Formats: sequence, C-alpha cells, structure tokens
Amino acid sequence: MQPAPADPFRDYNPGPYFCELTRARPGDGDAAETLRRRIGMIGLDALRARAVAAETELVNLGITFTVYSEASAIDRILPFDCIPRVITAAEWRRLEAGVQQRVAALNEFLHDIYHRALIVKNGVIPGELVFGNANFRPEMIDFPVRFGTYVHICGIDIVRDGAGEFLVLEDNARTPSGVSYVVENRHLMSRSFPDLMAGLRLRPVDDYGRRLLHAMTEIAPQGVDDPQVVLLSPGIYNSAYFEHVFLAREMGVPLVEGADLVVEDERVFMRTTAGRRAVHTIYRRIGDDFLDPTVFRPDSLLGVPGLIGAWRRGNVALANVVGTGVADDKAVYAYMPRIIRYYLGEDAILANVQTHICREADGLACTLANLEQLVVKPVGESGGYGITIGPRATRAQIEAARAALLADPANWISQPVVSLSVGPTLTESGIRPRHLDLRPFAVTGRETWVLPGGLTRVALKEGSLVVNSSQGGGSKDSWVLEEPLP
Amino acid sequence: MTAGRETPLLARYAEGLFWMARYLERVENLARLIDVTQTFEAAGREDESWFALVRINADEEEFARRGEAASAEAIKRFYLLDATNPTSIPASLNAARYIARTLRPLISTEMWMQLNVFHRDMTSIDPISLAGDRLSRLCWRLKEGVQAHTGITEGTFFRDQGWLFYQLGRLIERADQTTRLLDIRYHLLVPAAGREERRVAELAQWGAVLRAAAGYHAFRRVAPPGFTPRDVVAFLLTDPDFPRSVRLCVEQVEWLLGQLRGRYGLRAAVRPLERIEELRAALLSRPADRIVADGLHQFLDAMQRDLILLASEIGTAFFRDWRPLAQMQEQRQTA
Repeated sequence: MQPAPADPFRDYNPGPYFCELTRARPGDGDAAETLRRRIGMIGLDALRARAVAAETELVNLGITFTVYSEASAIDRILPFDCIPRVITAAEWRRLEAGVQQRVAALNEFLHDIYHRALIVKNGVIPGELVFGNANFRPEMIDFPVRFGTYVHICGIDIVRDGAGEFLVLEDNARTPSGVSYVVENRHLMSRSFPDLMAGLRLRPVDDYGRRLLHAMTEIAPQGVDDPQVVLLSPGIYNSAYFEHVFLAREMGVPLVEGADLVVEDERVFMRTTAGRRAVHTIYRRIGDDFLDPTVFRPDSLLGVPGLIGAWRRGNVALANVVGTGVADDKAVYAYMPRIIRYYLGEDAILANVQTHICREADGLACTLANLEQLVVKPVGESGGYGITIGPRATRAQIEAARAALLADPANWISQPVVSLSVGPTLTESGIRPRHLDLRPFAVTGRETWVLPGGLTRVALKEGSLVVNSSQGGGSKDSWVLEEPLP
Repeated sequence: MTAGRETPLLARYAEGLFWMARYLERVENLARLIDVTQTFEAAGREDESWFALVRINADEEEFARRGEAASAEAIKRFYLLDATNPTSIPASLNAARYIARTLRPLISTEMWMQLNVFHRDMTSIDPISLAGDRLSRLCWRLKEGVQAHTGITEGTFFRDQGWLFYQLGRLIERADQTTRLLDIRYHLLVPAAGREERRVAELAQWGAVLRAAAGYHAFRRVAPPGFTPRDVVAFLLTDPDFPRSVRLCVEQVEWLLGQLRGRYGLRAAVRPLERIEELRAALLSRPADRIVADGLHQFLDAMQRDLILLASEIGTAFFRDWRPLAQMQEQRQTA
C-alpha cells in the first residue's frame, strides 16, 4: 500500500497577509476547508502532473495571448494555477453591490462631463483633469447615448489589504480584457480537477455571452427590430485575439475586422457572400484612436472610414462609447469616492486605495518625501508598466522615479503599498502564498449585471505584487459560493 | 426552393474556409505524391525520379532559386521541410493554420485544436524522418492528420453555407491534385527494354498511381479483365463513384454551387456553374483512348487551367466584396 501523500499545506504560511483560502470566514459553509483537504488528498506530485496536463491543454486549445518583443511574436498561455480562489457569498454580495455602484457613478460622470459638466462647475473635480485629459472626446459633447450607458463593459481591479478589506485599485472603462479566462479557467477546472469541485455549490460563469449579447441588443439604435451585433477586432495579431474569438462565439455574432465593414450613406454594413448587410451594434475591441481614420488617427488601418459619422447619425451603436477613457484615468480615479457621493449621494461601498495626486502641490510634496514607502504610477499607462514600488526599488530606481515626477508631476499618482492578499499557489517549492487581485466584469445595457467572481490574477514570482500577464502573472479560477441553504 | 435561415456569412470567412480546405487537401495529396515517388524511385536514377515531382508541381523555377543540385534529398527537403517554398507541406500547413486562426469564431473548437497540434507536429519534422523507410511513415502521418481533420470537420462543423465553401475548396483542390497525380506518369521514366517488359513496368507504375490515389482496389473491382493504362486514366478522370475522380469532384462542386444558389439565394453562383458545364463537357465528350491518343499531358494541363478559372470565378462571385486578402493564396495559382 502506498503511504498517504504528505499534507502539502504543512509548510504553508501566509505570514502577515490575508489568505483567501485558509483564513476562516463566516458563512463559507466549510467549502474552503473542503477544498484544502481535497488538495491535500491529491498530494503534491499528482497535483503537479495534473497541472502540467491542464496547461498543455490550454496550449493545444490555443487559449493564448501574444507577447511581442522587438523581433518576434510568441503565443503564450496565461499561466494557470490549479488552486482556486474562494469568494464567499457574503463577500460577493458586497463586491457585486460595490461594482454596480461604481459603474453607475462612472456612467453618471461621463454623461455629466459630456453635457453640462456640473461636477466641474461645482468644483468637485478640476476641469483640467477632465477637459485636458487626452481621452476626453469633444465629439461626445451633447451626444445622446441610450440609457445613459457609456461604459457597457467594465472591469474593476480590486485588491484586498491585510485586514481583508476590499479596495479598488483601478477602473477599466475602455476595453477591459480577461473575461475569456474566467470562463475558460472554469471549464478547465471542471475537466482537469472535477474532484476538487464535486458537490460544492458554485455560482456559474457561463452566462456571460448571453448577457453581453442581450446588452448589445438593448443598446442598438431605436427602431431596429432584430439588430445585427458584431465584434470588431484588430485581427489575429492582437494580443487579446483569443478573447475576441471567445466573445464572438459566446454571443454567436460575427467577429469582423475593419476591412469587413463599409460605411455608405452613414450606415454601416458588413461584407458577406450575399453582398452587404446592415450592422447595428459594434462591440469594438479597438481603441478610440483607431476606430475611424477619417476622424482620429489617419494612419489607422484597423478602423472603418466613416464609422464615427454613422455613429453620430445614430445609425450604429458602439460599445463602449467613444471617450470613456477619461473616466478610468488614474488621476480621475483619485476622485472616485467624491464622484460616487456627488452623483449617488452614497458612500463608496468599495473604498479606493489612498491616492496622492501629484498634480496637486500637497500630493507631490508628500510623494517626494515618502518615495521609499510609496508605489508611484503613471496615470496613462496600463499593463503594469512604468510603476516604481518604493520599498522594493533600488536607490537608482527611486532617483529615476523622482526625476520623472519632477519633470511632469501631473503624469503621476502615488499610493501606499497595499499588502495584497494571497492565495495558496502551486510553485516549484510546493504550495506557497502568492499575491492576488480580482477583476470583476460588469455588463450594462439598461441595467448592470456583474459576472459572479471575475478574473483572479496571481503574481507567480515570490513576493511580487505585479499580477499583469505581461509581467509574469498567471490566473486562477475564482469560485463564488452560492448563498448558504436555509 | 426554400430560403435557408438568415445566417449571413462574411465574405472573408467564406474565402478563408475555401482556402483552408484547399491547403489541407493539398497537404494530403502532396504526401500521396511523395509516397508514390518513393515507390517509383528508379534504382540508380533516384534524382531523376524525384525531379518528376518538381515538374508536376510546376516548381522548376522555385526550386532552381535554391541553387541546389536536384538531388533526391534536396527535393524531399524542398517539399517536406522548406517553409519558404510556397508549395511545400510546411508552407501549406502554415497557411492553413493562419487561416484557421482567422476562422476560429466559426469553426469548431475540435477542428481548431486538431489543426493546431497537427501543425505544430508537422512543421517541426526532424530531417531524419525523411530518410529510408521513415519517409513512408511520415507520409502516412501526414495523410492521417488531414484525414483526422476531415473527419472532425464532417462530424462537428455546422452545415450552413460555410460548409459549402469549405467543400468547394476541398473538391476543387482534389480535382486539381488528381490531374497532377495522373500527370506524374508523363514525367516518369520507363525502362526502354523489350515491349513486354515495358508493358509490365508501365502497369506497375499505373498500379502505384492508383494506390497513391487510394483507388487501387476500387479500380480492380470495376476494371475490365486485361485492363490497359487507358482504363486507369478513364477511372481517375471520369469514374462516377470514385471519390478522387475528377468527374465526381466536379459534379459535387456543381451540387454545392447549386445549393448556394438555391438554398441561400446566392445568385452569383450562376457564373461558376457555367464554368462547370464547360469543364464537364471537356471531361466527358471524348473517351479515354482519344484523350490519351491526343496527348494526356496537354489534356491535364487544360483541365488544370479550367479549374483555376473556376476558382477565380468563385472568388469573383462570392469573395469579391471583400478586399483582396491573400497574395499568398494566389502564388500557387499563378505559378
């Protein structure tokens, strides 16, 4: 008889961090403990073998993103960690409400700044931050948007501090990606680790495509009976192409590229075998700048000449609407608690990470004085680029950050280092704590629906706080437990 | 005639399906050709035997650009390893996978997955697999890979107009490849000894051509006793039931175009259908003896040209509204 494998959690120690699996939380119905025990029964060796097989399956399925270096393009999988992150029903209730509140505020804010801009007139946010923002689109002023929904698809990055408090790190109101991994990770878990899931009551994630299509149908121009929805992708060389494929398939709509569309008489058509066919809603995964070479960047080959004209005529709906980037700017982020209070008359359900705005004298002074303790971020970048984490930085890196700050203070914010929560993660040295975040996805047409859970990203390097896929991050399945049975 | 469900198909997808199928069919047929060349290899004159392959693919120029002597080894590498040769197996697989990526929203996950893995395995062939008896096994794996693709497609791909375009590409390529397979005889060496010896050697070669087309046993079932080479020619060109005969391919193409016109209301199918009429007339108006007597090679050349015209007619009819996408797809056609 084989001896039972040693408990792989024996040496597991999350230290000062909040652990998303081993920390006891009320009302989880023992699910986390069950999961921990099951992992223990599988044992480290078998777990590793199965994890390798699961990742091979991702390669074969081509569930990949593309990394571009100077000379080459390599298809990579998003590394997959087989130990899920567990979110209790109570935690999810709070997260869901917080995300809905945040999306509502973002949409109110966008509607306001593109109409009367009362929030600026009332002095809640500096006008310069809004109107001087590179993502502010004058074309949007007074433009009517159905249901006042500007941000149809929103991803909100949420972390958890040492006390277990959820904090919003960032809003993604342009073209947030990652939702395909949420669904594919769940499918992979059910194929590769059915024994971990057996009998646990988890909120399903399969409904995303149907909800998304429904919202895209709702926002189509009024008077169209059976709207044709398409997903507009930059094409197979885009790093998120797999996700575009996934979304088009889940919605059952064509994935089009710019050259598939043509605008005539301010109407958008796609080129089919039977000639041209009208298009009514475009879920575009192309940045504002590239949408229409006749209006924005003239060198864009990805877009559709005349698209913005057709859209302004109300003949086609775009999701997300043009000009939402002004709302997810890192500088505007700092004002989100005030923005929520201003429009909704409520406190933010999910707090922000404390943020110093370096465009303001106080914020800059405070940042410069505490560079060693703070995370300094450029306001316009995404993907984790350009960040300096003070406590981890070398002398030279600190000085480089100081120089950059002084050169252009308005380009920077700073935040204290958040002790991100951890989850047990399979590593070469066994099961070890690794830092996590969570990106829930909200879909809004007439109303907002939040996909249960979201994308859990994990920083696979020991001690690393950067979870971005471009910088060595991986992902985990995110389990939202059903409400306990009465 | 009933109109089908309103499922619009992007012209780009239709073109992609057409060409993906063509490239994969080409891989299978090239593997068949390589296999039969190996079998034909005349002892002591291997290089000449292999050069027949270059000629029937009309690749003399492309090969000459490599600046290599036309050795058997160089030609095998040219077709099995050299992705810069547009008619090679790795080039066809690269093209098929590239297109499949653009078609992922449409094709089944299983189709994509098999092709993804097949492509990976077959574009990293170890040169040692080209040597000796391994070559035949490699050809077998290539054929089997495409056949797996075909089977998965048959069992999982939705049968709307996309399927029709996929089949169109496959069948036009297959017809073209059968004419090339037949043509190999023209380029091959036959021992110049006595009449009887020559007759036997020729029959052996035709037997190998039939085997390469997977038609040997079917032919034996329908062939007259004491069959001659022209019976083989007639079988591969005009047999109504053999899946690789030019006639059956052309008739299926006609059916597919009819479906596009009738079921999906694509009136543009009319022009390609007219081409089919001409093709069929050329194919069936003369008995095989006459074709052989008048010059089989010239006949096959004309047939290949007609198939190219048919393909371009289909392009104009259905893909025209899509901006020209693929120079690479024309390379072979203009070669």
